[in-house]
This record gives sequence, structure tokens and C-alpha cells, in this order.
Amino acid sequence: MINMEKAPASAWRKFDARYNMVGTVCITCNTSYFPSRIVCKNCGRNTKMGEKRFKGTGEIFSLTKIHVPAEAFKESAPYVIGVIKLDEGPMVEGHIVESGKEPIIGGKVKQVFRRMYTDGEEGLISYHFKFELI
Amino acid sequence: MQYTLKIEEELKKGNFMRDVAIIGIGLTRFGERWEHGMRELMAEAGIKAITDANIGSKDVEMIYGSTMASGRFVGQEHMAALLSDQLGLKNIPAVRIENACASGGSALRQGYMAVASGMHDIVVVGGAEKMTDVTTSEATTALGGAGDQEWELSQGITFPGLYALMAKRHMFEYGTTEEQMASVAVKNHDNAAKNEYAQFRKHITISDVLNSKMVADPLKIFDCSPISDGAAVVVLAPLETARKYNDTPIKIAASTQASDTLGLAERDSLTEIKATKIAAAHAYKTTGLSPKDINVVEVHDCFTIAEILAMEDLGFYEKGKAAKAIFDGETRLNSKLSVNTSGGLKGCGHPVGATGIKQAVEITLQLRGEAKDRQVSNAEIGMTHNVGGSGATAVVHIMKRAN
Repeated sequence: MINMEKAPASAWRKFDARYNMVGTVCITCNTSYFPSRIVCKNCGRNTKMGEKRFKGTGEIFSLTKIHVPAEAFKESAPYVIGVIKLDEGPMVEGHIVESGKEPIIGGKVKQVFRRMYTDGEEGLISYHFKFELI
Repeated sequence: MQYTLKIEEELKKGNFMRDVAIIGIGLTRFGERWEHGMRELMAEAGIKAITDANIGSKDVEMIYGSTMASGRFVGQEHMAALLSDQLGLKNIPAVRIENACASGGSALRQGYMAVASGMHDIVVVGGAEKMTDVTTSEATTALGGAGDQEWELSQGITFPGLYALMAKRHMFEYGTTEEQMASVAVKNHDNAAKNEYAQFRKHITISDVLNSKMVADPLKIFDCSPISDGAAVVVLAPLETARKYNDTPIKIAASTQASDTLGLAERDSLTEIKATKIAAAHAYKTTGLSPKDINVVEVHDCFTIAEILAMEDLGFYEKGKAAKAIFDGETRLNSKLSVNTSGGLKGCGHPVGATGIKQAVEITLQLRGEAKDRQVSNAEIGMTHNVGGSGATAVVHIMKRAN
């Protein structure tokens, strides 16, 4: 668990990925990765990886509603988690926010920027991408 | 060093590997063991195993210990040295193996390799977890470390949540139902009722499972393995000298392992555990056996859907066919294939670091013919299947009576 009070750097160094969905792309085989990878799964280390900002659009591949949460998420339970197949290829896990519509497998989603959790009463607020049904 | 010379001799003869046997087993009762801490549990199982192996403590050359998260559960790392210490095994090398929920199976494989290579003769492999000293929420967080901490746990995706994502996709692709998943728990509780070491020795019904509290849709509390305390220990020896200690040594015919991406979403498929398929394929190849040769198997049913995936990925059923077969009773005790006779993780309990070793203890009991009320008739060849995380590690062992 990221504890921003004790280890702010661990949250800070993920800002690009968590706020803007920045991953990587292999310049040789053009495979996109989110979260970012240093080594391409296809080309190994015999290539270079470039940064890539994902559009954040895709569809729900699987989903669940979590009723018994981990410690830091007690306040927000229950919440819906989806595996989202991004339009660029990779699959990624993320929250699906309440929108009045019932999320189902195959449903189209887009990325939104939301609060993830608050680190205690006086702690910092952690933000993250989430997904919303289109 | 004596063992270095031994390896050189073996290399000269062209014998790179020795056969390895289990000559001793020890288990604690699994469950909420409020009166005992981790070290008492380890000592209880360890003394039983060493006594069962009919060896002296001075015979033991090396010890492998496995816990998944003893640092989170009881604040104690360095557990292999502690296990050696508590068993009075003076000054021998001791190493802890951590491989999430597959810690036990992984430690067993390390012990197997140490004996097979000729590096050591008698090796003790012990696993333990003391989970009930923390709250459920703290335990959920500790277990979450078996997944991808930066992208799963950090978003509040719990372990039941990861398996729920697999279950939902399996339901979508193959029409698997909640009743079929529930039947896994019912079967495993029936088996656990016959096991004196099991945490839950009571029968449940499908409607009990369906009406239990929702954890991560579609998984209810009765679809999930419990939080447990317990320890399991085995003693390994070269097969060629095993009869010196034990009349019915159990040969480890295959010890195989594979890994995959830590994060669930990065896998090729959500409806199979590829690491299981690879480890199983290697195990069948090295032994020349096929799924139909296996009489009894302990699979990693951390959640009911996990047993369905395991039955498919180990090759017992085609993809999409296992759920109905389990519901129809094909994997009950002494039916077509006896699965999780101990009660599995669901019924027997899941003290994480002990689980992979407990599976080997159960198969040893079955192959020795000592499984009492839950004995599988004609148990000749058995298998264990231990998974780490949501499938980033899988360990498979095939075991048979040494003839």
C-alpha cells in the first residue's frame, strides 16, 4: 500500500502513469504497454521503449463489485473494479465509477480523474485514473 | 567439503539427479489456534515429521522454511532459522522461501533439488502461517501483496476481487454458474468433515454458499478459503536409502514450476492459469504420465473458481467443462477422480505458507493408505498443485508409492 505520509516519493514517481495513463511502447514491434515496461515482452532488451499516453478509452472485459475491502478502502466499499481492454491493446484494472448505468462485460468506458483514497484524517489525498461508462 | 566431492563423484558417473522420497510427515490441526504462536505450531508439526521419519535430529543436513507474510502477520521474518532453532537442529543451513501462496510448494521443490542434486541427504521442509493475530482487514491487505502491489492492491483490488474477475469472465465465456462454483465448497467441506486436521469439519449445502455474505461478486464468503493458523512439515531423503528410515517411502516423481505476469490484467487469458498449464505439462512429460493416470489430487482451491480453473489447466477436463463435472459429483471422494480429499484450502484451511506442504502430506497419507475415513481406494499416483498470487506462480508435484 502506498503510504503518502511515510513514502511520498513512491506516489510521486507514479503521477504520470496514475494521472495521465502514460505507459510505454516498443519502437521495434510497436506493442503498447500499460503499466509501463522497461523490457519488451516480444523483443526483450534488443529494442528501445518510448513513452506513450493512452487515450483511456476501451471496453469492460470483466468486472466485480468488492464488498470486503482492503484497509485503506474501508470508506469507499462497495466499489466496482473492472478489467478494461484499452483501445490500444493492453488490459488494465481500474475502478468503474457510479454513473447510474449498470456496468456489464462489453460496456464502453472512458478514463476519468478521481480521488482514490485519503491517507488518514490529516493525510494526503491520493488521485488515480478511474473509468466511467460512456 | 564432503558434499562437493559427492557431486564430483556423481558427475563422473554421469548421474546428475537422484530420486527423492518423502520419508516423514507432520501436520498441526489447521484453524484458529489462539493458544499457539507460529513457533509452537512449527515445532508441533516438525517434531511429528522427524518422529515419523524415524531419524535423529543430527541426521538433518538442511532446512527450508516457507511463510508468505509472517512479517505482516506476526512481525517475524527469518523463520527458517527459527524453525531449525525450535526443532533443535543445531547450526545447519536454513533458508526461508517466500513465493506468495505457493511458498510451501516452492520450498518443497527447493528441498527436492537439494536432495536430487546430491548436495544433501536428509532435508526438512516446513511451512507455517499464523494469521489470526491480525484483523481480517489487515490480513486482506497482507495477502494482497501476492498480487501487483503498485497496480492492484494500490487500487483496493483484494485477492477475492482478482479471482472474482476471473470467475466473471469464466461465467461469461463458458456459462459457469454460481451453483456450480458452490458445489466445489460443498464437496470440500464433505471431505474436511472426515479430516481430523481440518478447520471446518461440518457439511454445508449449496444454498448455504449462495446465501452467505458477498465478498467480491460473484464470490461469497463460502466460496473463499478461510484465514487459518497451521504448520506442515515433510522430511526428504534419497530414494535409494529411504527404506532405512521408512517402510513406505513416497517417491517424488516430478517437481515442476512456472511463472507468469504478476498482474492479472497483463495475462494472455483470464480464464486459465497459464503457469499451471506449463508446470503440469512439464510434470507429465518428465514422468511419461497423463492426467488419466492420477488417482488423487490436491489442487489450490483458494476460491471455488480456482478449483474449476485447476481441473481444466491440469488437463483433467477441457476448458469450460470442469464446473459441470464437479457439480455432477465426478470429483467427489472415490468417484472418477478424488480431488482435495483433505478438504482443500476451503475446508481444511489455508495457513498460506503451510498449504503447499500440507498438500504433500495429504497425498503421502493417501499413497501410504493411512488416510482413514477419507482413504481413496487404489491410490497409486497422486498430484499436488499449489498456486501463488492470482497465478503468477504454479508448482506441481507428482508422487507415487516407491515399489
